[in-house]
Amino acid sequence: MQVKHIFAGLLAMVIVLFARLITAVRAIWDGVGPTPATRVYFANHTSNGDFVLVWAVLPPQLRRRTRPVAASDYWLRTKLKTFIGREVFNAILIDRNRETREQDPITLMAEALAEGSSLILFPEGTRNTSEEALLPFKTGLYHLASQCPDVDLVPVWIENLSQVMPKGEVFPLPLLCTVRFGDTIRLKEDEGKGAFLERSHAALLALKEHGDGA
Amino acid sequence: MNAPAEFALLMAGVLSVLAFASIVTALLKRRVAPDAPDPMIENLEARVNAWWAMVALLALAMLFGRAGAVILFALLSFAAMREFLTLTAKSRADHYALAAAFYVVLPVQYYLIWIDWYGLYSVFIPVYAFLFLPIIAALRGATENFLTRVSETQWGLMICVFAASHVPALLTIQIPGYEGKSILLIAFLVVVVQGSDVLQYVFGKLFGRRKIAPVLSPSKTWEGFLGGVLSASLLGAGLWWLTPFAVWQAFLVALLIAMMGFFGGLVMSAIKRDKGVKDWGHLIAGHGGFVDRLDSVVFSAPIFFHVVRYYWSVV
Repeated sequence: MQVKHIFAGLLAMVIVLFARLITAVRAIWDGVGPTPATRVYFANHTSNGDFVLVWAVLPPQLRRRTRPVAASDYWLRTKLKTFIGREVFNAILIDRNRETREQDPITLMAEALAEGSSLILFPEGTRNTSEEALLPFKTGLYHLASQCPDVDLVPVWIENLSQVMPKGEVFPLPLLCTVRFGDTIRLKEDEGKGAFLERSHAALLALKEHGDGA
Repeated sequence: MNAPAEFALLMAGVLSVLAFASIVTALLKRRVAPDAPDPMIENLEARVNAWWAMVALLALAMLFGRAGAVILFALLSFAAMREFLTLTAKSRADHYALAAAFYVVLPVQYYLIWIDWYGLYSVFIPVYAFLFLPIIAALRGATENFLTRVSETQWGLMICVFAASHVPALLTIQIPGYEGKSILLIAFLVVVVQGSDVLQYVFGKLFGRRKIAPVLSPSKTWEGFLGGVLSASLLGAGLWWLTPFAVWQAFLVALLIAMMGFFGGLVMSAIKRDKGVKDWGHLIAGHGGFVDRLDSVVFSAPIFFHVVRYYWSVV
């Protein structure tokens, strides 16, 4: 058990170093600061490396308590992926298939938040390979917000990673990436599902535009 | 690890200047901004601190001779091209061509310098990369902006790899009576050109009135340009003992590379304006990116290399 932990820790360091070497990733705290609050970071999703970048720019003490939410059908496919997903990233693995799943994903996430972990979530639900900057959100973010109304939701715009590692390519290109953290949002009282999803979607897009304009 | 005796003397001089700069910055900070942080002083402080790190890195590399210089500049080329190609036009169809630029062209260029194959390293990027990378891009079949994409990639390679690699290439030049000292040519180039940048900044801040290129670079003034380039040329003349040059030759060569450095800064500013950014990157605190710091050296290195090779070398 001990050896496994040490190995997972080393692998995490190697992955973060590699991500930094390729992307020289920089965090811009444009709303909230890097403080140890329990949060849900919700980000745009264009590449498998997305949460690695968010994870890499978090200060180490925050990183240890921040867990990505990821699809189990991808992360449980091979032994190596399972090890990386479970032990290195400590991911909350979710079965995207409603028929086969045993546990409700929102319950799993709420439990992790209750334990004091923060989450990294991709509300588009899948990698965006379209021309659109941001796909419409799935409803997960809303359900999580209504179940945990006291948790801060922080929009996170990941810039340029789609060019570093487009879907289907093997070699990452070394190009600069930025991870921009915005201002907290919470579900308002009486706010409906549609309105909330639209507002959080707009908050994430506004963050991208803020970066483009600067 | 065997640096010529002149190297130690030069380092003593550079370190004294840095120590002086740190003291002046600390005094300025106490006088101008004792309580509240002042952005200009903060920037100055960051710049001086970054200089300490850059000098330490360069000195370390030079102690290891050709291997140190080749590895250091290969890494700098990598960091510079990472910034440059972030801003250039590209499409998904360029993925292989760009990967080849980073993972094949760059290492091969520095390997050719390491083995001192002048005939190939001087044409490898301008001829071979120039012809083959567009072929790789064309095979992926996307034609939109094709010429823009391949040209901007080639430009990135020429600036960040080809031109930059002429700094370690100085070590391959053989000059009678100067054996084992060619590392000092790098020291001369870097000290004069970077010194010129710093002196332009200092003269500009102290006496700058008339803008020299308001569209390209609002911070560059005639006073900064003339004061910086001339004092850097005098500095170069004063460093003749590092080089195979006579004093007057050292002055003229220093003038040439300081001018090239100045114009390099202008050209790279024009590109930044075109692409709508203020700095190329963010990794060198106070300076911006690697390209921001290297632009002048990159523009002067190939010219310096050819002048020295043509007039002083035997082969």
